[in-house]
Amino acid sequence: MVAARITVNGEEKQISPAAPHTTVLDFLRDRGLTGTKEGCAEGECGACSVLVARPGVNKPTDWVAVNACLVPVASLDGQEVITSEGLATAGEPGTPPALHPVQEEMAVRGGSQCGYCTPGFVCSMAAEYYRPDRCAHDEGSADHAEGDAEHGPNGFDLHSLSGNLCRCTGYRPIRDAAFAVGEPTDEDPLAQRREQAPPAAVATEYSQDDSTFLRKDTLAETLQVLRERPDAVVVAGSTDFGVEVNIRSRRAECVVAIDRLPELRELRVESDYIEIGAALTLTEIERRLDGDVPLLAELFPQFASRLIRNSGTLGGNLGTGSPIGDSPPVLLALEASLVLADADGERVVPLADYFTGYRQSVRRPGELIRAVRVPLPLSPITAFHKIAKRRFDDISSVAVAFALDIEGGVVRKARIGLGGVAATPIRSFATEEALEGKPWSAETVEAAARVLRGEGTPMSDHRASSLYRSAMLGQSLLKLYAQTTEAVSS
Amino acid sequence: MSHLSERPEKPVVGVSMPHESAFQHVTGTALYTDDLVQRTKDVLHAYPVQVMKARGRITALRTEPALAVPGVVRVLTGADVPGENDAGMKHDEPLFPDEVMFHGHAVAWVLGETLEAARLGAAAVEVDLEELPSLVSLQDAIAAESYHGARPLMVHGDIDAGFADSAHVLTGEFQFAGQEHFYLETHAALALVDENGQVFIQSSTQHPSETQEIVSHVLGVPAHEITVQCLRMGGGFGGKEMQPHGFAAIAALGAKLTGRPVRFRLNRTQDLTMSGKRHGFHAKWKIGFDADGRIQALDATLVADGGWSLDLSEPVLARALCHIDNTYWIPNARVAGLIAKTNTVSNTAFRGFGGPQGMLVIEDILGRCAPLLGLDPMELRERNFYQPGQGQTTPYGQPITQAERISTVWQQVQDDAGIADRKREIAAFNAAHPHTKRALAITGIKFGISFNLTAFNQGGALVLIYKDGSVLINHGGTEMGQGLHTKMMQVAATTLGIPLHKVRLAPTRTDKVPNTSATAASSGADLNGGAIKNACEQLRGRLLQVAASQLGGNASDVRIVEGVARVLGSDKELAWDDLVRTAYFQRVQLSASGFYRTEGLHWDAKSFRGSPFKYFAHGAAATEVEVDGFTGAYRIRRVDIVHDVGDSLSPMIDIGQVEGGFVQGAGWLTLEDLRWDTGDGPNRGRLLTQAASTYKLPSFSEMPEQFNVTLLENATEEGAVYGSKAVGEPPLMLAFSVREALRQAAAAFGPAGASVDLASPATPEAVYWAIESVRGADAKRDVSEIPAGVTALSNA
Repeated sequence: MVAARITVNGEEKQISPAAPHTTVLDFLRDRGLTGTKEGCAEGECGACSVLVARPGVNKPTDWVAVNACLVPVASLDGQEVITSEGLATAGEPGTPPALHPVQEEMAVRGGSQCGYCTPGFVCSMAAEYYRPDRCAHDEGSADHAEGDAEHGPNGFDLHSLSGNLCRCTGYRPIRDAAFAVGEPTDEDPLAQRREQAPPAAVATEYSQDDSTFLRKDTLAETLQVLRERPDAVVVAGSTDFGVEVNIRSRRAECVVAIDRLPELRELRVESDYIEIGAALTLTEIERRLDGDVPLLAELFPQFASRLIRNSGTLGGNLGTGSPIGDSPPVLLALEASLVLADADGERVVPLADYFTGYRQSVRRPGELIRAVRVPLPLSPITAFHKIAKRRFDDISSVAVAFALDIEGGVVRKARIGLGGVAATPIRSFATEEALEGKPWSAETVEAAARVLRGEGTPMSDHRASSLYRSAMLGQSLLKLYAQTTEAVSS
Repeated sequence: MSHLSERPEKPVVGVSMPHESAFQHVTGTALYTDDLVQRTKDVLHAYPVQVMKARGRITALRTEPALAVPGVVRVLTGADVPGENDAGMKHDEPLFPDEVMFHGHAVAWVLGETLEAARLGAAAVEVDLEELPSLVSLQDAIAAESYHGARPLMVHGDIDAGFADSAHVLTGEFQFAGQEHFYLETHAALALVDENGQVFIQSSTQHPSETQEIVSHVLGVPAHEITVQCLRMGGGFGGKEMQPHGFAAIAALGAKLTGRPVRFRLNRTQDLTMSGKRHGFHAKWKIGFDADGRIQALDATLVADGGWSLDLSEPVLARALCHIDNTYWIPNARVAGLIAKTNTVSNTAFRGFGGPQGMLVIEDILGRCAPLLGLDPMELRERNFYQPGQGQTTPYGQPITQAERISTVWQQVQDDAGIADRKREIAAFNAAHPHTKRALAITGIKFGISFNLTAFNQGGALVLIYKDGSVLINHGGTEMGQGLHTKMMQVAATTLGIPLHKVRLAPTRTDKVPNTSATAASSGADLNGGAIKNACEQLRGRLLQVAASQLGGNASDVRIVEGVARVLGSDKELAWDDLVRTAYFQRVQLSASGFYRTEGLHWDAKSFRGSPFKYFAHGAAATEVEVDGFTGAYRIRRVDIVHDVGDSLSPMIDIGQVEGGFVQGAGWLTLEDLRWDTGDGPNRGRLLTQAASTYKLPSFSEMPEQFNVTLLENATEEGAVYGSKAVGEPPLMLAFSVREALRQAAAAFGPAGASVDLASPATPEAVYWAIESVRGADAKRDVSEIPAGVTALSNA
């Protein structure tokens, strides 16, 4: 097996002797590329944002921004990375490099004060700059010609910066810089790079001392490894495990990467369900579904940040089994099932039966989530209410997802998923019952909201009091009712 | 116009330009303290041994298990300190404590060949602890009367007479939270020892001279054996004024003992759990108004949560008392201050330094009282403004000399923001939307500039001109993103009369400029700009003589403008580079040290009277919010600010300070929520919000959708360099307008005239309970629906 290598700013580097748990951030800094900064080491601040070349959605290759603090460097064996240092173009000897257009806008508009978060902002902004459908998307739409609060006239989506924190500027000059960047030129090497095939996934076995990072070519080989090494930690985007490594100093003897397995990266629309590969990133799902599942479309902008969505997967969000993950309430309301695979074969488990306790599930050792199935047809009225302190990139205090069929003013079917109210995400069967077969009226909704308010056993913690959490369950239904009736009347 | 404030022809100050390091920032090439580690050989890594109990006496500390960990080189304990085991200026802050005083207190440090080895070593150190009772919350400390330090009392006029004259007397309490600095760059230092035993410390510090002083007394060596350099900081906000010293001393001690470079950088959790924050306060007040709503008397007691040691709590409390008047004339006042001693981190300087806390108390009082007095909050505030020409003084006796600016910015922001029309639009919107309410609030600020302690109001600089005409400036201030270095280069270029590209700035070092004050109190540009101007004037004076000898004429008739010297009324020119070369050959000294002290200050801390401030900075902000009645969630729709920076030295920098300060203030008042475990379980005293995932800063989603900042024009400040005013801290307090708008929007869900108690921070949950309380005031609602604990929450 060829020694693990990574290409940084066009220059190939051996990953050895970094320990297998070494993050991309620490690797870059150890090699003198100190522009990439650590601000939080848990994927919250984006000071470590770098660009990675990945299989594209609209072009062969996309430049995708990720949190370098979460990704093990060994997982980028054979991959290409660009840092803030690599965005500028080297000038003649003795002259300063030419700034990249996003660097130029950030510099001249006062987008940096202390400068510590700036390299990360620049990388996140560059990824959005190179998004192939950035301007095309908005040209056809008159509404977006002048932009809105979250989109620039150049099609720049501010959500692409939702995972970057700045403590100095108050963001206005950064927004101005983002909304001022133009189009990449034909000569731009990173724009050209998008037209070529992405770096292929590379089977990796990288070991130092007693610790190993493994990537296999196929699902079958991976499942065999998991049978032999039931202690192995499975990672896709590493957005959860990376936090464990950095914050709780967790070290694993064996880490197995599954994020590039082709069997886990399909998205298929069948006549009676949509199957979403468990290792597709949330961004890939968002772009490929392009609004076809409205409840998921409502979820994605509220799910962590763009940086996290570029790495995180549905399989990971369900695999960790967190009671406050944002996808389970939505998938419960959609009546999703999981396709679980091990070396012996596959089985399909309804998500409502999947969770068994705090971070526990029916998934057996050696078993992987291969895909998520969302049954069709979809209920026409859906909503996702995430209650949190901060609008972008926060963890839910509670989350409520609704999927309702209302015909002739009567609720024919109601499915409600809840997060943050119990040890696991739950379906609110009692509230569903209080709604089904009843007229969609203030009276029905108020009665059902009282039932919903009594669901689970929410706790008080630093995010919210139990009283507020309970109140918000009922309020979310009242709000949905107000929105549906106001929409009808207006 | 004063000599200090007067600008020459074609000044470089006043020109809008980006930060001097912007190019390095965006390319990732700007170096911060910890970036130097990669450029230094054989560095050892220091890692703290934190004890996870709120309080206890150490009965045994065993380091042997750590030394058995591969890669561990040494464990630093109190026994290693050759000098004084103290990291503070008040002798109450042992660097290696015998008694754990807060959850996460570091009691020893491990040095390792790698960070991983040091971490494993720290985990292996064994500490036996005899646990002691602890006070974690401010309420517990007040109940136990646990106080330390000074107990200032500010008395003005006769409050008994004032209350006797009052038509309305109202009382209340208000407890509000502190704030984590969350500079993106955590505390860091790198210490080296040279062949003479000289210690060189690279530190992320706002106060290199004090870092030097504390390292010097910990090592037991004179200050001249210690040099501290700060390249730049990735944010400071006051958090690096006092707090870096002990950490730097650990690195210096390690370097001294091992002979190798020693580096530490706190990870985010360590930084959050070990370093001090903005003080939370408790306020109890009684206020009297006349029949027209004019304040007659105020009696208040402010208690600051000082944490385990004094640190800067005394001056923070003094500034809080000195700002309780904000923009309002309070003829009779009695305000007492106390510092609670709690088993939490030692709270410290944070942008505004107590000023925001004092001002928040009076703004909260007015926001709560306006409905009770039957007055619009804007009207109530306006009626109480200081008035020009009345000889009014602050409650500590400083004359108010620019009272007209209070109403000038207030009026201008109303005009700029179209307040009258928007109030009507908001009323129409609210009438049409039962579940969503909007509100618009204006608040103003008056913030005193200068350190309360007169001695700190001095600055120094060293300016060097090389014989090729290039200029290198050094000054005592540090760069933390506020653009101080940019302004200082503009000041030097202006005074010398040369283009900006001729001027370079060297990193802040204690061996260039000694005995500097902290870059704090917004004073960086005033003090260091004064000193640079002074040094450059000395040099210019010498060069004018040279130029006069070359061009013919009197030195007093020579002007150097844009790098060319001319005699008035003559066409003859002498280029700067030629002038400098000529001066060198004439053996004219081409370096000068500059000095500046702020004149006219006096302060008596005992009687709590004097004129501690050179001038006041003013501003007003109009903020419109929209609140969702179902959840309490809200958005900031529009903010208009008019702010007084005197004549701006650097407009883009100043606007950046205003915007950034405002959003940081809004974070403190709405979103940022420090929570400790106050229960009696095993984690008592633990900071619950000890990561970016649990302590939320404002992100893009909190940025005002429309954000208009205007600098007040024709605002020359006679008492500061080139007519400018300090800008670092004051804009933070413009964010009171956000809180007051949220209060008014919550009130809009209830019947007219409801007074709203709003917790601080005003999180969506707090706003929701505020809405529920006014809905409860509506007779048609069932009051029993309001959850218990509302009152407790709003005062929690």
